[in-house]
Amino acid sequence: MKGKPLAAIVSAGSSKFGKRDGVSGRELFAEAALEAFSRCPNLEPKKDIEALIVGNMSESFEHQCHSAPIMADWAGLIPSASAVRVEAACASSGAAIRYGLFAILSGIYDVVMVGGFEKMTNRTTSENTEYLAMASDFPFEQWNGATFPALFALMATAHMNEYGTGEDQMALVAVKNHHNGALNPKAHMQREVTVEQVMSSRVIAKPLKLYDCSLISDGASCAILTKPEVARKYTDSPVYIIGSGHGTDYIGLYERESLTSLRAARIAAKEAYEMAGISPRDVDVAEVHDCFTIAEIIAYEDLGFCGPGEGGRFIESGAPTLDGYLPINTSGGLKSKGHPVGATGAAQLYEIFLQLTGQAERRQVDGCEIGLSHNLGGSGATCIVHIYQRG
Amino acid sequence: MSENYPFTIEQFYKFVGEGKIMGAKCNKCGAIFAPPRTACSSCLSTDFSWIQLKNRGKLLTYTVIHIAPEKFQQMAPYAFGILELECGVRLPGIIQGVKHEDIKVGMELQVDFDANIPQTWPQWPRYFFRPP
Repeated sequence: MKGKPLAAIVSAGSSKFGKRDGVSGRELFAEAALEAFSRCPNLEPKKDIEALIVGNMSESFEHQCHSAPIMADWAGLIPSASAVRVEAACASSGAAIRYGLFAILSGIYDVVMVGGFEKMTNRTTSENTEYLAMASDFPFEQWNGATFPALFALMATAHMNEYGTGEDQMALVAVKNHHNGALNPKAHMQREVTVEQVMSSRVIAKPLKLYDCSLISDGASCAILTKPEVARKYTDSPVYIIGSGHGTDYIGLYERESLTSLRAARIAAKEAYEMAGISPRDVDVAEVHDCFTIAEIIAYEDLGFCGPGEGGRFIESGAPTLDGYLPINTSGGLKSKGHPVGATGAAQLYEIFLQLTGQAERRQVDGCEIGLSHNLGGSGATCIVHIYQRG
Repeated sequence: MSENYPFTIEQFYKFVGEGKIMGAKCNKCGAIFAPPRTACSSCLSTDFSWIQLKNRGKLLTYTVIHIAPEKFQQMAPYAFGILELECGVRLPGIIQGVKHEDIKVGMELQVDFDANIPQTWPQWPRYFFRPP
């Protein structure tokens, strides 16, 4: 082992992502939970799972606060697991993983379920735009008509202006992630796209076009964490969490020190790398928060996979493709797999779990041992990074 | 006398209604905040003075929003950017009075004020940016 195992992941599950008409958030969560349970026959959920920490961004979508007891119910964990919802915008289930890890490390619990869900496609585009914008600063950003695509578009314009990053380079991120998503049976959009399709798609917030944006999706994902010492009771092939980092910055993009890099991501990455005792070069496979194509380019830089301003060239080099030396977003990412916001952090863990246990089928990265997930909240006021190692 | 006004977002927007961009200056470390803070983000002092900021600045970055929240849909497409005022304070806002294709990073803009005050919460007048 490179790092010290902090907690073991003994199982994980995910619903099919997509436009799941007629299926509510709790039913999506049950779908994810039942997969996790079926992957782990030695687990007796009602007896073994002591706590459930569930990420969910917004009660607006389904008019439902206080969703943790509901998710516990639909996963069959009433009254055995104490359940709580955590919210950190699109990093809600990244936060659920981190606080689930802390629950294990506290010594109070041996087995904790973590996960997240969001039901979004029942709402109109303008409702989604408004509800998602609630994760930005109300008095200045929302009040002046900012949207999430707009905030990332501000970063894209700044990155293009400072480093010469091109819209065609951003398009390559979409092409790569759609290629991967086409290989993922759980992805929302299992379809390849071309650079020309991305470049000619309609403008959402200049310079970001429709195909630069992730999808409004329904979905849920989860994982079962245990104390490392008991992992082998549940599985012969655990994955260990060996690093966890969490950065926080000003909610308003306008108050941050940089418009081309996210300090919260750099802080989270540094904390996670140091805890794991590894460097960016040791990472074999990563899931990063490509809510917009520019966000993935900035993530390459913030995670140290390339230098500041080199993200555009990094994607052009092919390094983060499935055949490259560091495959990124093998699941299809938020771009193609879909972005049910509260589920995204847990869905990243799910893909890394599949990769490190050799279960990623047509997307499998041969011989991968160390994985990383990078989960942003809002326009980057929150970032949560986890590092995983095959057991 | 400016110390008699509370250091709140509500008060910031009351000043906007009077056609002024006011910042809260920390009397201990000199940092200037707009929006104002309850305590200084740098030194935690609560000893502030309101100062009027020069309403000229440089556009740091921008976008043109085509898909808008419901309340802004009638305006779309509209330009939105971050302006850095001469004192270093940055504000986000809508850019008006310039063709979208003529907007450039680094261009000089000034803060101007909309006279309309909404009748539902929050009753905050809006500022916007336009060429001087």
